[in-house]
Amino acid sequence: MKREIPLLITSIAGIVFAVSFFIPHWPFGDAENIFGDWMSVVSAFAIWLGMFNLAEVSLRKVIRKSEGWNYALIVIGSMLLMLVIGFSSVYHAINTDTPHMDPGTGLKWMYDYVFSPLSATMFAMLAFFVASASYRAFRARSLEATLLLVTAFFVMVGRVPLLDPILVWAGITDFAFFSAVADWIMTYPNAAGQRAIMIGIALGITSSSLRIILGIERSHIGGDA
Amino acid sequence: MKSIVIAKSNSRAKWRSYSSLATITSLSLALGIAGIVLCTGLLLSTSALAQDTESVDSTAIDSNGSVLEEVPSPASNVFAEDTPNDKGKSATVTWDLSPEDTIGGIVDGYLILRSESPSGPFVDTVGNVTIGKTEALDNNATDGVEYFYRVDMYRSEVAVDGSKLLVGSPSTVWGPITTSPQWFHGKRGIMLFIFLIVAFSILQFISQAQSGKSKIWMVNILFIILLGYLYSWVIAVIVAITLALFIKDFFSTEEIFLRKIGGIEAVEEAIGRATEMGKKIFFIPGIQDMNDVQTIAGMAILGRIAAVAAEYETWLEVPVSKSMVMVTARETMKEAYSRVGRPEMYQEAQVHFVTEDQFGYAAALDGMFVREKPATIFFMGAFFAESLILAETGNEVGAIQIAGTAMPSQLPFFVAACDYTLLGEELFAASAYLSREPRQLGSLKGQDVGKALFLVAMMIGLVIVLAGEVVKVPDWLYLAQYFSID
Repeated sequence: MKREIPLLITSIAGIVFAVSFFIPHWPFGDAENIFGDWMSVVSAFAIWLGMFNLAEVSLRKVIRKSEGWNYALIVIGSMLLMLVIGFSSVYHAINTDTPHMDPGTGLKWMYDYVFSPLSATMFAMLAFFVASASYRAFRARSLEATLLLVTAFFVMVGRVPLLDPILVWAGITDFAFFSAVADWIMTYPNAAGQRAIMIGIALGITSSSLRIILGIERSHIGGDA
Repeated sequence: MKSIVIAKSNSRAKWRSYSSLATITSLSLALGIAGIVLCTGLLLSTSALAQDTESVDSTAIDSNGSVLEEVPSPASNVFAEDTPNDKGKSATVTWDLSPEDTIGGIVDGYLILRSESPSGPFVDTVGNVTIGKTEALDNNATDGVEYFYRVDMYRSEVAVDGSKLLVGSPSTVWGPITTSPQWFHGKRGIMLFIFLIVAFSILQFISQAQSGKSKIWMVNILFIILLGYLYSWVIAVIVAITLALFIKDFFSTEEIFLRKIGGIEAVEEAIGRATEMGKKIFFIPGIQDMNDVQTIAGMAILGRIAAVAAEYETWLEVPVSKSMVMVTARETMKEAYSRVGRPEMYQEAQVHFVTEDQFGYAAALDGMFVREKPATIFFMGAFFAESLILAETGNEVGAIQIAGTAMPSQLPFFVAACDYTLLGEELFAASAYLSREPRQLGSLKGQDVGKALFLVAMMIGLVIVLAGEVVKVPDWLYLAQYFSID
């Protein structure tokens, strides 16, 4: 029963979703919203599971003084600080009947001056990772890599408004040549490749969903098949 | 019926450039029209316009101090109908633009008004769109009730009472219409057809793999669906010949052949490498929750990988960004360890929550990679901008990396930074491939048949369109419609 009931629920939910795509009439038309609401409710409660788990793992590291325990200490401290500030902001908001993220609240301050800059810093690092990954990917070691290099050159040059004005100024071309080449690459070969991948993904999802709905694929619920 | 119009006060500046005669004439005309329109407006204020909650009478015009300039024509050809292919309670109203519908003109938008009687009152404003738009939805209708619709025009300046400043005369009234839910989404017929073809081919191969022999009746059903849908003997003959020549042989094949997928073939080697090096393995299931099919596919793969890792007695760690993924991953790993007879090796600490924040998750994982220097990293699931941050860090610490995602925009990053990448559909095939279970492999074969059918349909459609361009025969392209998806 431990496996049969989840399988049954999965099958019913899968079939209802598939049917609701083609039948807008009630109750199928509302299925997505209903399941979405359930998902939100379950997720809201499940966040506590994650939080307790994070606290437990970090505390264990600190107590055992295992490798990286100082980072775990920072995690616990940050978590407690945010909890205190968060609850006090919400308490203040309830008492004053104002939004808890209003300017001037602790939560808003932490969001604006701690959370956002940290996220932006991580995102900004992406530029350096792109540079190092590009360097490795564009080394012309094979025919494919050379093609990639040439294509990337035209797309990059076409996207940066530098060479085109020079070409026009020098009288070599009377239009934005690199921009046109980049547009052509993005519109035709790139779009064709993307669509091929998307068709494959759609078929893969269909096949995978059928396996799950029919109970053939059970490894995600600990099945042996 | 023409009505009131207001010109902006600042338009006086423009008028200064006119000749004095033209100015006097224009002003005289404008004031004359204003008088007529104001009188008409006052009369109307007791009837149609006064019935609108947001309509404005002459008081607003006077208080705004505007000068009358011209009278806009109302929106024409107003038409309303039950919104097709929906779950009811919605009507679609369309109209043709007023000739005065221009940017910077005297009209700023349209109000869609509703009444249960053709003579009004039109008190319900069910839509409000800016100029240039010719369609609006009324999503607050009650199924089965008869409604009438009217489209009026307004300016962005509000009247003294804060309501919309209506300009021009009301449009004609359209109705009655009633709304109702539909039992089938008419525009998704072709999707249903494609789904049935793919589903039948997958089920056929699953059935074949299960029983060990071909069941041609499924092919016949496929053929009948095709024939029924296409209503064309030409296409039917093509399909029949194709089935007779190729598909039958395809189905009669007893042993299912699957092409090798490098990334999946390398899974065992990657786990073995970690075992030899005495280092841990990381499995990253993406940043989406369990309602994403990619995460489910990732969990299925985790089950296979966990079983191999348990056999090799190698530490497998799964840091997750969603609590429900943590619960599912724990259950999956626990069962996988039990399946291979190593339940005592499994520890709950192997699966742990990090954070729900995208870049917080990426930062935490990067730290783990750098500090613990894993031998192998698997990325299987839905990834966004953090994909390259993670994969590049993994690459720098020297881990063998196998990634799989169905996010087309992230695939190039994984291809550049990982040793192996499962492209799109391969992510969904990986679990079945690793299981080597006949029914699962059968579903992959069915998936390939679906792909082949798509390819054939696209090629035929392409040839028809190209041939149509060459031969220029009238009505030739009608054939192509069978191969296009709207």
